[in-house]
Amino acid sequence: MALITYREALRHALAEEIQRDENVVILGEEVAEYDGAYKVTEGLWKKFGDKRVCDTPISEAAFIGMGIGASMLGLRPVMELMFWSFATVAWDQIVNNAGFVRYMSGGLINCPIVIRGPANGGTNVGATHSHTPENMLANIPGLKVVCPATAYDAKGLLKSAIRDNDPVMFMENTLLYGEKWEVPEEEYVIPLGVADLKREGTDVSLIAHGRAALTALKAAELLAAEHDISAEVLDLRSIRPLDEEAILRTVRKTHRAVLIEENKPFCGVDAQISSLLMEKAFDDLDAPVLRISAIDAPAIYSPKVEVKQLPRPTDVVAKVLSLF
Amino acid sequence: MEQTVTAPDFASSPINQSLRPEDKLRFLREMLRIRHFEQAALKQYSAGKMGGFLHLYIGQESVAVGTVSLMGSHDHVITAYRDHGHALAVGMSMNECMAELFGKVTGCSKGKGGSMHFFAPDKNYWGGHGIVGGQTPLGLGLAYGLKYKGLKGAALCFMGDGAVNQGCFYESLNLASLWDLPVVYIIENNQYSMGTSLERSSAFRTCLAERAAGFAIDWDTCNGEDLYEVRAKAQVALDRAHGQSRPTVLEIETYRYYGHSVADAKHKIYRSEEEIERYKQDHDPIRLWKARLLTEGVLTEEKYEELDQASRTEANESVQFAEESPIPSDESITEDVYFEVDRQTTAGRTGRHFFN
Repeated sequence: MALITYREALRHALAEEIQRDENVVILGEEVAEYDGAYKVTEGLWKKFGDKRVCDTPISEAAFIGMGIGASMLGLRPVMELMFWSFATVAWDQIVNNAGFVRYMSGGLINCPIVIRGPANGGTNVGATHSHTPENMLANIPGLKVVCPATAYDAKGLLKSAIRDNDPVMFMENTLLYGEKWEVPEEEYVIPLGVADLKREGTDVSLIAHGRAALTALKAAELLAAEHDISAEVLDLRSIRPLDEEAILRTVRKTHRAVLIEENKPFCGVDAQISSLLMEKAFDDLDAPVLRISAIDAPAIYSPKVEVKQLPRPTDVVAKVLSLF
Repeated sequence: MEQTVTAPDFASSPINQSLRPEDKLRFLREMLRIRHFEQAALKQYSAGKMGGFLHLYIGQESVAVGTVSLMGSHDHVITAYRDHGHALAVGMSMNECMAELFGKVTGCSKGKGGSMHFFAPDKNYWGGHGIVGGQTPLGLGLAYGLKYKGLKGAALCFMGDGAVNQGCFYESLNLASLWDLPVVYIIENNQYSMGTSLERSSAFRTCLAERAAGFAIDWDTCNGEDLYEVRAKAQVALDRAHGQSRPTVLEIETYRYYGHSVADAKHKIYRSEEEIERYKQDHDPIRLWKARLLTEGVLTEEKYEELDQASRTEANESVQFAEESPIPSDESITEDVYFEVDRQTTAGRTGRHFFN
């Protein structure tokens, strides 16, 4: 199996879907001639031309709304946000138009759009560029939200997202773009709504999404090596739809759950998971469900401090140890 | 030497010269249908038969009827929340519209959209949008979609004068011009953005449409009370969209007799009773069209009465239809949220989509 970067995996997914469906078009700032602000779309414009890969002005409200309008007519636009942070200026379009047009039309209109880009902190770009809005968008019935942690997941999930007939908010991570994973040459897709058990264990379930799933994996290694604790790591991959069965399965197996996310704690995704466990796994739990989130403040710039604002493997280890 | 300036008679423009008497009567009938539909809706709203807001189009009928009458098979319409007129003009039935107002399952949106959210994609009608200016990027997207698919069509994107100060409208104008997209932005200038007059809400020299010049977009203004003029000027914009794939901003002066919505209790405070009366007497599009057709010999008073009565009857029957229709089931609250779930596709059956 080839070892490729997260970035390349996304690019391969885009190229394959452009070739598969004539209605797929990539739109966004610097996606074409500049080869992508983070080089996800590198080479695609040269290969597929102006019609399929198209640079937009810095005008998120208009071009995201434009993509939504075009999707109503049957196109499958894949819109790049240079940062998911910039979704705030297109919020009305994403929430009211992509999210609700199907509902308000009584199911007459659907909106097969993908909006993708990085949504992460940890890169010293300050609070305005470090948003992780998966919880906010998953709060909107009508939208789907996906947060892949690896190259393999990124490729398979993006292909599913593009083929999906509902609007999918696809959240990547700039810190992962250059990381490599094994990705098969042959075509595959990963359905939305299926979590991935990334490490088996017996003593505690670490449940996470996005880059936090990798943090959980590192923590699991430390727990095994230094504390003789066998941690299971469940990567949600998809926030909405949510793989509730996988969450319950792992917790019923280990009887302990620590939830990790790089988002802020208040009404975060893990608040939802925690509520789910309270309701459906109460009798299976041997300890309270604990959470680790980003420290509850806007993303700090100072590089040496920002690393401490996001959950680190040692934070996870400490939290797990508090359960034993 | 004194010069007499004669207003051009748009009846003689090519698009109007080709009209047959039955077309002209059809326009009259369509305007009357909108008016009587809304008058019936107002009565039912006042009787507590519907919730939410009711933004009436009465006084502006010539704009929707005139522009929609020009649509070909690849021309599309999208508008804001004052959307009943456009809905009826594209051919939606009074029954489905009235039932939607009543929140009934037989409504065009199954009772899920309400007054501001009528849709009929089979008639190229894409809503019905509640957020001021929010439909302007969607209209752009319809035009983009048409161009992408190589179809010779246009998106008619309607908006009020209150929407022109929303940022996404200007972002859309920039893209429309930059990418040569066949979109026609039609500003229905009814002089008031809710309770704030044009003068108190918008900065301009001569009109709102001239702002388009900054984006190298052709623009024009239009007297909306004259259906001939509406058609003539909208046709220029459509020709530009079809022939050159270029956008237009067309500002159509018009007037609403009722408040911003029926809940707008102050609409006789921020404007005078006399002003409203003057529009009704001297600028009413139906009254003027009727007079025009009588002069042309196309219409008789008897025929007018017949059309007027037929529209009234149709409106009353739509009230009865709405009254008798069932409300949506409780289960339907979570239907039409996700395509994949509704169709029970593999994707729709994978993972949890709803969290109650």
